[in-house]
Amino acid sequence: MPTVGVKRDLLFKALGRTYTDEEFDELCFEFGLELDEITSEKEIISREQGDSKASGASDIILYKIDVPANRYDLLCLEGLVRGLQVFKNKLEAPRYRRVSPVNGEPQKLIITKETAAVRPFAVAAVLRNITFTQERYDSFIELQEKLHQNICRKRSLVAIGTHDLDTISGPFTYTAKAPGDICFRPLNQTKEYTATQLMSLYKTDSHLRHYLHIIEDKPVYPVIYDSNGIVLSMPPIINGDHSKITLKTKNVFIECTATDVTKAKIVLDMMVTMFSEYCSQPFTPFKVLLVFQELAYRTERLSSEFINCKVGINESTEKIAQLLTRMCLRSRATGVGDEIEVEIPPTRSDVIHACDIMEDAAVAYGFNNITRTTPRTYTVAHQFPLNKLTELLRQDLAAAGFTEALNFALCSQEDIADKLGKKISETKAAHISNPKTAEFQVARTTLLPGLLKTIAANRKMPLPLKLFEISDVVLQDETKDVGARNSRRFCAVYYNKSPGFEVIHGLLDRTMQLLDVKSARGEGYHIQAADDPTFFPGRCAEIFVQGKSVGRLGVLHPDVINRFELTMPCSALEMDVEPFL
Amino acid sequence: ETIFPLNGSSMADTGVVEALLRRVEKVDDGVDSLEVATSLELDHQVIVGAVKSLQAVGDVISAELRSSKHWELTDEGREIAEHGSHEARVFGSIPVEGLPQSELMKLSFGKIGFSKAMSNKWIRLDKAHEGGPRIFRTVESIEDQVREKLLLLQKGNASQLEEKEKNELKKRKLLSEVTVKTYWIMKGNSFSTTVTKQETELTAEMITNGSWKEKKFKPYNFEAMGVAPDCGHLHPLMKVRTQFRQIFLEMGFTEMPTNNFIESSFWNFDSLFQPQQHPARDQHDTFFLSDPALAHDFPQDYLERVKKVHSEGGFGSQGYKYDWKIEEAKKNILRTHTTAVSARMLYKLAQQKFTPVKYFSIDRVFRNETLDATHLAEFHQIEGVVADYGLTLGDLMGVLHQFFTKLGITKLRFKPAYNPYTEPSMEVFSYHEGLKKWVEVGNSGIFRPEMLLPMGLPEDVSVIAWGLSLERPTMIKYGINNIRELVGHKVNLQMVYDSPICRLDS
Repeated sequence: MPTVGVKRDLLFKALGRTYTDEEFDELCFEFGLELDEITSEKEIISREQGDSKASGASDIILYKIDVPANRYDLLCLEGLVRGLQVFKNKLEAPRYRRVSPVNGEPQKLIITKETAAVRPFAVAAVLRNITFTQERYDSFIELQEKLHQNICRKRSLVAIGTHDLDTISGPFTYTAKAPGDICFRPLNQTKEYTATQLMSLYKTDSHLRHYLHIIEDKPVYPVIYDSNGIVLSMPPIINGDHSKITLKTKNVFIECTATDVTKAKIVLDMMVTMFSEYCSQPFTPFKVLLVFQELAYRTERLSSEFINCKVGINESTEKIAQLLTRMCLRSRATGVGDEIEVEIPPTRSDVIHACDIMEDAAVAYGFNNITRTTPRTYTVAHQFPLNKLTELLRQDLAAAGFTEALNFALCSQEDIADKLGKKISETKAAHISNPKTAEFQVARTTLLPGLLKTIAANRKMPLPLKLFEISDVVLQDETKDVGARNSRRFCAVYYNKSPGFEVIHGLLDRTMQLLDVKSARGEGYHIQAADDPTFFPGRCAEIFVQGKSVGRLGVLHPDVINRFELTMPCSALEMDVEPFL
Repeated sequence: ETIFPLNGSSMADTGVVEALLRRVEKVDDGVDSLEVATSLELDHQVIVGAVKSLQAVGDVISAELRSSKHWELTDEGREIAEHGSHEARVFGSIPVEGLPQSELMKLSFGKIGFSKAMSNKWIRLDKAHEGGPRIFRTVESIEDQVREKLLLLQKGNASQLEEKEKNELKKRKLLSEVTVKTYWIMKGNSFSTTVTKQETELTAEMITNGSWKEKKFKPYNFEAMGVAPDCGHLHPLMKVRTQFRQIFLEMGFTEMPTNNFIESSFWNFDSLFQPQQHPARDQHDTFFLSDPALAHDFPQDYLERVKKVHSEGGFGSQGYKYDWKIEEAKKNILRTHTTAVSARMLYKLAQQKFTPVKYFSIDRVFRNETLDATHLAEFHQIEGVVADYGLTLGDLMGVLHQFFTKLGITKLRFKPAYNPYTEPSMEVFSYHEGLKKWVEVGNSGIFRPEMLLPMGLPEDVSVIAWGLSLERPTMIKYGINNIRELVGHKVNLQMVYDSPICRLDS
């Protein structure tokens, strides 16, 4: 969930009133926002870098507000204020219009076919006669950054470039060239670099180095030129210094290059709609038309019955139209039955289905004003048989004097192989490709290592330690659609000054008694000597039920005991549970 | 015979106890335990043991603990009480004809006794005597007062000496002052000079022959703890899981088979209308598998419908309008939520004639996240799902109210939220009386038509769902701050041993 930081007093000024922290928190809650933190720049610096660094910083109060991940229109002060003011009926939702320049032709951005190999899409627009102040400018930059981090997926899907239109001249060309053939002075640098040089220059840049991988290994890099060959930007890395915007900029050229054209259009719409209120004719950015219809309003028709039924309310068609209008979805009752016509503005890219409109009606109505009802759904409950058996067994194993442990399903390769004296290739383990640490290399194939680690972490406890766990392990299985399956296991260990094989053997007998399996070869269960490197030679037996092997028990090998940092003899039992269903 | 079986403390012999009682009988205003010990020629601790055992049998005696200063002879003091002071011994070793000084100095008491006897003027030294300096008696006889005083003290008659005299002896390191704890013993209300022999425990023999009727039994010490039973214990998280399971079963919910930790991206994300560029599908958030890396065998028709609704829309939706790739859907992962199983179950449900269902599950899910005191890479998700014709948002809130009431949480409110596969989405908050604020307790919503309709569910069927973690309510219930003490091998077994039964509503 993205967090937007806004200056409290600036926010209240824009909202036309002040709130107590509690009142504002309440308003956020109702609207689906969260006032996450009340802080200041000084406090943030002091927390992150220490008091000494914070001495000169501003102590203006900041509100950190959590915004739902699909509401890009609330990622800046301008959008937040607009959304809340319309919600509180203090403002009518603005209508965004695309206008042509008074004199002259619309700007053009020509996209060449070379871009297909690296970043095939681009859209652009112009904000005309805008007036920046320091605060507006900061918000403008901040919104770009928020969009880059969220919908743009760290510039991989979309990258935004903004330019002072009066320093460049169209038509513009979006093309792609070999890195050695691109040469310009990048933002805030004093000399020209080739793209190749830039890539190595930014290798150590704390901010830009995170974006280099997007184009690094491509044969050609994207680049935008003006008609005089001036480089506007090399997306998604850096803009040219020549066209950079300042507080004095009057006309802003905004380009979005992308690998996802839908998102590029959403991002461009956000940039222009959020800041068009600072244009001489508010809410009228001028857009460079490319292949797509921009600043598109869409109309949906739905019935008030649909909304009433889905939400569980009973409101008139007119009332519902009013509710939706408060969510920046201008709506009206058409007069045809209970039909409502809803206009989806370009700022509301999150509205893609009638259910999104229904939700907005519910939010405007107030979730907490909806009557809570009980559905009449009649059903009979069933337990999952494997879980039912597990629940029953757990109770009786605790009654048999063993204590339940609960270990992670993920572990290191070493835990399930080397430490048990086995080869990883024999384990049938499922392997994780992106573990951050060795603890998450594989899904466990046996419960034993977890129990031994539990003992190692509890060596101060009085002996004997008697532990058990009934849980799932994961094994590769080609017959399954995902190539692996869970297998429910029962594992128990006895740790004391003497091995206590008879204790673990007794637990097996008790378990079989609980499962109503008699001690007998053939129809019942029996154990017979087996070789297993995990166990001490001659002290391991295989458990057979109706002639099929279900597990093993025995005294652990001293090497295994040592590898788990234990010092005393230990006997263990591990068997499948599923054969007893 | 053991007097204090429960405490296992002092042993006292019946003879001593009775001798003590006879002494107490003779005095009306009481007697000091040390004095009794002296007169019976027993160690004081033996008498203390007898006092304690008498105290335990009831009101035979009353004993008040006192502490008093007491003079005791040092080792040197005892030697003097026995053999006389050094100066007296010097005097005694000098015959009438005198003794060479060198001879005297060979004796153990010679050096100290010489100077003291000189200053007492009992002896004189003739330095000019032929054959070396020689010592002679100057008086006929002497009185060894030091010895006499010490003997008095040794007999316990300290009061016959003046303080000054005692301090003098203390200065000479013959006496030391010690603090003694003694009992002042008086007759109790049920005083008697004979003690009935008390039985420690009722025996089978006593029951058989009826002898218990005549016997007195030693009282138990009810202040002591009992012996801990030898037993096993269930894990607290699993105890809470059992209760949540119970709640769902009471509400008529059927348990879903969630025993498949490895899931394809298709069922975990795509089927839930979660776009392929969604950050949750990033390497930083989800565990991907290298082996087995890919899933296969998807229901082909359904897969095509999922692809279409993502990339082009349909079912009343605009879709996400991006290039949906089967390669992305095939990637195996460790499931990030049990909703992947809900998707499989709802798809299965859609393949037959629709009947309303209520499903639940409580099982492990995995996130490749940054770990801290409250977050692990795996945790248990609790999930509830209801599918029926015409379910409303009000129904979802009503079901949540019933569910949380069973957890003892009655004050709920709902906040609009965002989730890719539910619309509307609501975060569930409950009022925490301790913290005096609203805290998030779960997430909920109505599954999107883009998820349900491609499965083939009827258009007028709504599916409401909610989820929460099992660990959080358990940590609150059992007052655990660090999740590692609860889950995983670093568990504190003492905590497991000591944790009470789980009643969520109390």
